[in-house]
Amino acid sequence: MVYLFAAFLVLWSITFGYLFILGGRQRQLSQQLASLRSQRAAPAEAPRDRAMPEEG
Amino acid sequence: MERWTRTHRNLLWAVSAVTIGIALFLVFLVAPREATMGDMQRVFYFHVPAAWVGYLALFVSFVASLLYLRRRESRWDRLALSSAEIGLVFITEGIITGSFWAKATWGVWWTWEPRLTTSAVLWAIYASYLTLRRAMEEQGRRERVAAVYSVLGFVAVPINFMAIRWWRTVHPLVFEGGGSNLTPAMLRVLIFCIVSFTLFYLAVLSLRLGIAWAEEQVEQLRYE
Repeated sequence: MVYLFAAFLVLWSITFGYLFILGGRQRQLSQQLASLRSQRAAPAEAPRDRAMPEEG
Repeated sequence: MERWTRTHRNLLWAVSAVTIGIALFLVFLVAPREATMGDMQRVFYFHVPAAWVGYLALFVSFVASLLYLRRRESRWDRLALSSAEIGLVFITEGIITGSFWAKATWGVWWTWEPRLTTSAVLWAIYASYLTLRRAMEEQGRRERVAAVYSVLGFVAVPINFMAIRWWRTVHPLVFEGGGSNLTPAMLRVLIFCIVSFTLFYLAVLSLRLGIAWAEEQVEQLRYE
């Protein structure tokens, strides 16, 4: 019975461990994507921002 | 699968969680106690489905690799990678649960008999596949090399499956000659467990594919 319990414990530990790693990787990638997209958008907006006071 | 909506994915996760819950109930409270091995035999209801999902995932990876080599579309590469990674996790679980069963039944954690030896080789092949992918940085070449490796590496799967039929082994043979060595009640529980693990594989695959897509986007944005 000890081996049965241990086998199930290890099986579900690996499963939830893997899901935990995937969840972490997903969150990290979402942040990276948001950051990279905002970096790409920033140079296009910057000149317009700088130009606005002169126009005003 | 990458285009599945959040609702589809949540539904798949919910269904697989419920079926796994039912499977646990069936395994511990409904399946009859095996006469020779006793309660230890119940490991088998998760050992066999883990091995089945491992084989299925590696087969999906094999087919996706072939499709990548033919069409050169990155979605097939993402599917091959995602499924191989999940396959390796389930093969690992199959090996470990089998090892506990071996200790309780044979008195040893491991023996170099044909099924266990070919399982170790299979595990090493797919662990190397994932390592190889991480080691290669050049996009395009990495995907091609990985696809060829995956197609060639898949040869180990049918050899592993057939090992207990081709060679003399101490590993139990559950299915042979179109039938099974289980009682009908045991067989019903086993089939339910296989279905629940397959649904769980699909749920994890949908998550892993989303990650593979995001990894590709990050890589593209960095090098553009």
